Amino acid sequence: MSDKTPVLEMRGLDKSFGPIDVLHDISLKVHEGEVLCLLGDNGAGKSTLIKTLSGVYQPTRGEMWMDGKPVSFANPREAQNMGIATLHQFGGTYPLMSIGRNFFAGVEPTKGFGPFKAFDRAKANRIAVEEVQKMGITRITDGDRLVGGLSGGERQSLAIARAVYFGARVLILDEPTAALGVKQAAHVLRIVKEAKRRGLAVIFITHQVMHAMAVGDHFAVLIRGAIAADFRKGERTREEIADLMAGGESMADLEANIEGYMETHDGHPPPPAH
Amino acid sequence: MDMISNLLRRPAAASVLSLVGVLAFYILIAGVDFGKLMGAASWVNYAARIGIVALPVGLLMISGEIDISIGAMIPAGAMTTAIISGHYELPIIFGILGALAIGVIVGTINGVLAVRTNVPTLIVTLATLVGMQGVVLAGSKLLTGSASVPLTAPDWAKTVFGQLMFGGSHQVVIVWWVFFAVIFWFVLHQSRYGNWIFAMGGDKESARNAGIPVNRMTILLFILTATSASFVGMCHAILFNSAQVSGGMHDIFNIIVSVVVGGVLLTGGFGSVPGIFVGSLTFAIVNKGIDFTAIDRNWSNLIIGVMLLVAVAMNESLRKLALSAAIGKRGKQKQDAPMSAASGEQRLPVPHSRRVERNEGPTDV
Repeated sequence: MSDKTPVLEMRGLDKSFGPIDVLHDISLKVHEGEVLCLLGDNGAGKSTLIKTLSGVYQPTRGEMWMDGKPVSFANPREAQNMGIATLHQFGGTYPLMSIGRNFFAGVEPTKGFGPFKAFDRAKANRIAVEEVQKMGITRITDGDRLVGGLSGGERQSLAIARAVYFGARVLILDEPTAALGVKQAAHVLRIVKEAKRRGLAVIFITHQVMHAMAVGDHFAVLIRGAIAADFRKGERTREEIADLMAGGESMADLEANIEGYMETHDGHPPPPAH
Repeated sequence: MDMISNLLRRPAAASVLSLVGVLAFYILIAGVDFGKLMGAASWVNYAARIGIVALPVGLLMISGEIDISIGAMIPAGAMTTAIISGHYELPIIFGILGALAIGVIVGTINGVLAVRTNVPTLIVTLATLVGMQGVVLAGSKLLTGSASVPLTAPDWAKTVFGQLMFGGSHQVVIVWWVFFAVIFWFVLHQSRYGNWIFAMGGDKESARNAGIPVNRMTILLFILTATSASFVGMCHAILFNSAQVSGGMHDIFNIIVSVVVGGVLLTGGFGSVPGIFVGSLTFAIVNKGIDFTAIDRNWSNLIIGVMLLVAVAMNESLRKLALSAAIGKRGKQKQDAPMSAASGEQRLPVPHSRRVERNEGPTDV
């Protein structure tokens, strides 16, 4: 797969806000049908990287390439038009609107002509239900139901199905499983795999190593704005990744620390360090 | 049974129930003669007067904003018409256009301020409300030397905006109200713009990302509310042959109560035009229908307060019903459905980096 041109490539991306360097020399690529997992703890620069990729910020230095051509996005709309879809948690869905209306928000199919162009509800509902079912959510059968009644995983899936339907080539998922229960997260991971199977390039941002390992082909760990590790599936164990994310500290050491403290302090855990 | 629950899930359900409740109370307990009430014009005229403004205000509230400057715009529209066509004796058409123009201007100011600043629209329109009251009072004193201006409208204007030609004391605003309601119904529920308005109220940022022209729609909605208010004022000036600076203040709350009773969610994203229509009707029946009872009319505000609470409570529970019954077949799928965000999350034991960093070596206590 590495001989093909990557769909999206970052070459030496830097981003600073005034004197503060947030991203430093980020070089990553993602191919069609591949899931790139961006791991990193809070404050590692994940969201800044997403925002740079989706056109909210412009990189201070470095280049972005799509299909072997350099690109730059002046605003999120341009990135969207190039096929980069960024989905934040629950973003892009409106709880008190029907599934069909959600799916086509902003790009409604209409029928009729002139001032009497009406929203084609039947068509919108049919396509929305079809597309969501194709993603493997067979529970949704009625496009008139309100999205707020769906589970968190289903809402995520609806947003992903929407992005796929409207021609996204790169899917950036910002912590899609963070607030979900085990079952719901598994649901979303299935959808991510489905998107991958359809040939989308997926950038999956998370700090849950288990979720990343379940779907990822390629992993990059961000620490303080720089790539601390870049490896492919099967090259690291779960513990190694968790340690990397924790900033090089060994989780085992930390656990031993806490346990040692608890033994000498009547079973009380250590107070949080401030 | 399924049909009933489907009906209850519609956004207008609570307003219809409120209407039925109020009518039942008036007829069964307060002894109102139903035939006499139906034949009376007072409440229909009043419903139309607040209803015309309630429609765009409802749409604006669905989009997540609010406009209280309507309270100043009703007298502003009336005074503009009276000053232009009454005091300066220009043809009435200039008075009509002037009233609509002042609506467009103030609406644009509201809209642009709402879009450009992060000030909540309650505050923005509170400022224009107070500001416009000052402008109207000072302006009419300056131009006419009085706070009350007479106006004689020609017959055609009376026909279009004043008294209904046939049938006693019904006013033409009723026809305008129904006409606007149909247009707003089409826009909100049948056209793509309605979808945009709902999306804006649901999640403004997502709506923007989806390519919806949020700013343009917001400004447009503010223009509609202010202009509809000045339209109502203009109709009144033509109907009553005069305009006064005072009046219109309590209309703000009457209109917002109508919209809320009509099932519009104060925080936006939910509501319907049929609901707003019935809400205005219900409000007008409470307010004017009390004259048909033996009850002292000062009690009407108490009834309105109670009705508002009951209607909002009904709206809340009916909306929950609509949400909980979101998926086709109920019952067997219940187990895995509602356990989303609330349920426990499984995470690997990865603590925050801050804590880890400081944990180098033995921890200080």
